[in-house]
Amino acid sequence: MGAASLILLIICGLAFAGGALLLSNAITPGSKNSQKGEPYECGVETRGQSWIQFNVGYYLFALIFLIFDVELVFLYPWAVVVKSVGVVALVEIVIFLFILFLGFLYAHKKGALKWQ
Amino acid sequence: MISLEHISQSIHEALSASLNPTLVLLIEMAIAGILVISLFAVLGLVLVFMERKVSAYMQIRLGPNRVGYKGFAQTAADTLKLLIKEGLTPDGADKFLFNLAPLLVIVVAMLIMAPIAFTKGFQLWDINIGVLYVSAVSSVGVIGILMAGWASNNKYSLLGAMRSGAQIVSYELSAGLSVLTIVILVGSLSINDIIASQQNGWWIFKGHIPVLISFVIFVIAVTAETNRAPFDLAEAESELTAGFHTEYSGMRFALFFLAEYVNIFIVCAIGATLFFGGWMPFHIGSWEEFNHVMDFIPGIVWFFGKIFSLIFLIMWFRWTFPRLRVDQLLNLEWKYLLPIAMFNLLLTTVMAITGFYIK
Repeated sequence: MGAASLILLIICGLAFAGGALLLSNAITPGSKNSQKGEPYECGVETRGQSWIQFNVGYYLFALIFLIFDVELVFLYPWAVVVKSVGVVALVEIVIFLFILFLGFLYAHKKGALKWQ
Repeated sequence: MISLEHISQSIHEALSASLNPTLVLLIEMAIAGILVISLFAVLGLVLVFMERKVSAYMQIRLGPNRVGYKGFAQTAADTLKLLIKEGLTPDGADKFLFNLAPLLVIVVAMLIMAPIAFTKGFQLWDINIGVLYVSAVSSVGVIGILMAGWASNNKYSLLGAMRSGAQIVSYELSAGLSVLTIVILVGSLSINDIIASQQNGWWIFKGHIPVLISFVIFVIAVTAETNRAPFDLAEAESELTAGFHTEYSGMRFALFFLAEYVNIFIVCAIGATLFFGGWMPFHIGSWEEFNHVMDFIPGIVWFFGKIFSLIFLIMWFRWTFPRLRVDQLLNLEWKYLLPIAMFNLLLTTVMAITGFYIK
């Protein structure tokens, strides 16, 4: 069917999810109550703001992820041709992965991979 | 023999005979759309029921057995219940993003269906970068989760979303690397080429130990990517209530739930395609008689059989392994899976270049 299937699937997804939500909205009885709008914290009232600071560790992992994800993007075209190119491709990827691995070891040594 | 390929072709020919191409495309799109939506609905019902029954039998319980025959109608009843529940939106929430998130998650789950080959010639889009497409689109799903968690204006949701995001992006790497081993051996990113290369045996049998290692890494990584136990810290009930969908109720919650199960189905479909030959029947080399007997079982039966076996494996994990802590989770990925996957990639490259595998 070709690329038209992308449009089809997006429409399907929106129709499916949107239809279910609209149907549900149309047939559900609702009631007003000021407590319904409160954040759910198992019955205890929320203290302070809900958009809190979270651990900076997530940010570090996101940074390291970014490097490796870019590496993965480079590996995709390489993986397709490696069988036809042969040993040259292997040597190149060993150099590439070695440099990356040094960076990975550095991050490890610095303690970036340690959860705190 | 009647196959889905023949049916779809004869529909196409019958339509093309009397109508102009645009109209034919539109009618075909309508049919495909109905099929995809019904696949979604059926998958949701079947997988939730399967999960509950598998869990029940693993714990020596009976599971749902009141509604319908042996409880088959239980999920339908649950869906009906969720449909008539009121969907609440917290006062402090970012209303637009809060409502957008479930839609986004569903649309992403649906988009990944495009390149999956259900049986020979029965595929929505025969794209030549199928594997890359799947990994690219599936990584958009995490945006929906972060969006849901942030927009809820709830501490549990925010923490759950952050954990979920860190976990999904981390495990994406080793999943991607293990997928690459098959790409190296096949030399193509197209789903159809990958399936065709398994004509004389599945990669799990042909690829020696490197493919086995990458299969194990793949299964661990996709279990984490779909937020399944033992990696379900994002919705660890005892600490975070329900994680990123704490504030969701009614139909919006049902959509998240459905997307979660459809994602399990999709990753298992990808795993079945890469390592177990997709719809390709079980073939042994060029043993014609045996292969011919196996060909009598339709491809779609093979494909769904493989997928559901993998899904069963993932459901089994849930009742075997205890939940990991967040530091253990990240350690497992960054200190074990990723280096092993990288080393395994090199090993596979050597194997592919020297030709030391069953061609």
